Amino acid sequence: MDLQPTDDQAALVEMITAFAADRFAIETVRSFGAPSGFDKLRWKELAALGTFGIAVPEEQGGVGLNFIDAVLVHEALGASLVPGPLVAATLAAGVIDGVIEGTVIPCLINVGDHGPIVVENFRGSDVVLVVDDHGVGVARSTDVSGTDIGHPTDPTTPITIIEELPKTDRVGDAELARHWRQRGSLLASAQLSGNSAGSTALAVAYAKEREQFGRPIGSFQGLKHLLADSWIRTEMARSSVWAAGVTIDEPEVGSIDRAVAGARLTSARAATENAKTCVQVHGGMGFTWEVDAHLFLKRAWVLETQFGSIDDAADLVADLYATR
Amino acid sequence: MHLRDSESDAIFRSEVREWLGGAVASLPTPPSPDDWPGRRAYDAQWQRMLFDAGYAGINWPAEHGGRGATPTEHLIFLEESAGAKAPDVGVGFVGQMHAGPTIIAEGTDAQKSHHLRGILTGEHVWCQGFSEPGSGSDLASLRTRAFRDGDDYVVSGQKIWTSHAMAADYCEMLVRTDPDEPKHKGISWLIMPMDLPGIDVRPLVTVHGSTEFAELFLDEVRVPAANLVGVENDGWRVANVTLSFERGTGFVGELLDTTNVFQELIQRSKTTSRNGKSLWDDDSIRREVGIIGADLDALWAFTKRNVSQGARGGMVMGSGSGFKVAFATTQHRLGDLALRVLDRASLSMDNLDGEPTGELVHSKLHAFAISLGGGTTQIQQNIIAERVLGLPRER
Repeated sequence: MDLQPTDDQAALVEMITAFAADRFAIETVRSFGAPSGFDKLRWKELAALGTFGIAVPEEQGGVGLNFIDAVLVHEALGASLVPGPLVAATLAAGVIDGVIEGTVIPCLINVGDHGPIVVENFRGSDVVLVVDDHGVGVARSTDVSGTDIGHPTDPTTPITIIEELPKTDRVGDAELARHWRQRGSLLASAQLSGNSAGSTALAVAYAKEREQFGRPIGSFQGLKHLLADSWIRTEMARSSVWAAGVTIDEPEVGSIDRAVAGARLTSARAATENAKTCVQVHGGMGFTWEVDAHLFLKRAWVLETQFGSIDDAADLVADLYATR
Repeated sequence: MHLRDSESDAIFRSEVREWLGGAVASLPTPPSPDDWPGRRAYDAQWQRMLFDAGYAGINWPAEHGGRGATPTEHLIFLEESAGAKAPDVGVGFVGQMHAGPTIIAEGTDAQKSHHLRGILTGEHVWCQGFSEPGSGSDLASLRTRAFRDGDDYVVSGQKIWTSHAMAADYCEMLVRTDPDEPKHKGISWLIMPMDLPGIDVRPLVTVHGSTEFAELFLDEVRVPAANLVGVENDGWRVANVTLSFERGTGFVGELLDTTNVFQELIQRSKTTSRNGKSLWDDDSIRREVGIIGADLDALWAFTKRNVSQGARGGMVMGSGSGFKVAFATTQHRLGDLALRVLDRASLSMDNLDGEPTGELVHSKLHAFAISLGGGTTQIQQNIIAERVLGLPRER
């Protein structure tokens, strides 16, 4: 047993974090939400790091690492709010040609997600992947019609509403669909875990610098306890996200479904609560568009509804505990 | 990263499991909770069995009589012990988890040879005299005085939350040896035999009615100066060697107990009917179960991360404090759910209808032990804010 990242894994996370800081600085992230804001060049640069093919075997053009490595990468991407169809691309890598290289950009519909058929990052995509109980299908984006939403709640995640599920060509069976749902959920949770760390770092930096009553506001226990709780929620989320990633690689150690659903609950809570804390710590400035705090909160809302709701996750954990 | 056992860990696990199976079956019926002589004898018998089998002081270095097991083996041993329903450390807690490791780190050769074996065999029971009525969260403000007089320290003052004092042979004590120094600098760490004249032990009953705590009233107790551990006035540093043990893997047993209580509660909610249907069919109950289950799984993973880091030497920064706060939050949440499920059955602390209903009420009250003991949740939050996040101190 070893549930802490190895030196190689720490170096991988550091590399992704440094790349994101350089090439996906917050101004770039913000511009991705604008009409025709999707920067395909930067997407290819991200792909060139091996981001999407990280857990795909080398003979299929991937990096040949384990799924936990994909989880760690998504955590780092989430912390920097890197935009775009990251989960869809990681799932489709090795299945849809060109995704690993970043030349084909996918988006994804998981049939069974609640509410209207909302597709993130449809605008700018080349293919639409549809996951249902029977398998995985693919359609060309140009063959699918939908209504782009002018004001997506998360301004860095463009969304499109599709009235009818597109007709697709089958690329995978029910088993692949089941795998994609587990892995897709966990990758979104990994981004949520990273998101929670990112908003905490932003809030802590502000609490050290902002002065009221003649001293930094971070010296007051009222804020210290809020921020300590944020840190704890991140460590809890990170713990369950990592354990779920390793469980996918080593299925003999426990229930993948329970680990993945549990990771969703702890990571969604960490991301939404920590982002709320981040807004609160910023005071009135936290209520403005220009401060980045709201971007963490709104991205967290996008991610926590992907591959089912948190209520679905709670039901699943409860049922798996009760039947063990 | 891995969760599966390595080959050698798998061998260790099967050896432990086989031994525990036979050993636990040979134990007598446990004594009642308030029977301190009985509890002491029972715990000592189990500790002796562990000692003879080579499992005592499992994480202590081999040169000091321990097994020298890796942190991972320690965790495996605790998991298997819970699975076999083996007794927990009981009255041996302070000796094995605090006093022994402190003496290993800071004691003289004479202190080591006099005390370590007795802790490992279960022959000697220890209690802890750190907190005082006026010094809780601000432990370093403690006022129990120790004057040097010839070959003795003469100790007077009052200690509180002294676990297992009724059964103890020795007390690990923090005393003020220099009142003129700043508060952290005038403290010393003493070994106090509990049979010395001038010690008055008064039981302190907890909210769930248990009697493991006591107050110590000390009136000119003459403790031999040879019982000073470390250097005079360096006791705060010595004590923090101890506290770091308390905030490490010390909660694995509690976490195992909590997981068992949680399973009981699930069974209880399935067999309880309300408004003509099972409580399990109530979405609000079941989803709360799901959230608590996810938190327990996360706490296990958090523990495994800490153990993994321990195996590499060192801890994840702030992880002891963070784990404790998260665990306390989950315990309280579980307790709140237990009271909802029990409803008016929660008015009885005695078990009803042969079901462990009273134990569920007990576990709700026990949650306070986690959120208060060993540094309150708020003190842990301060530690994280200042030492991990780097926020400025208030003063």
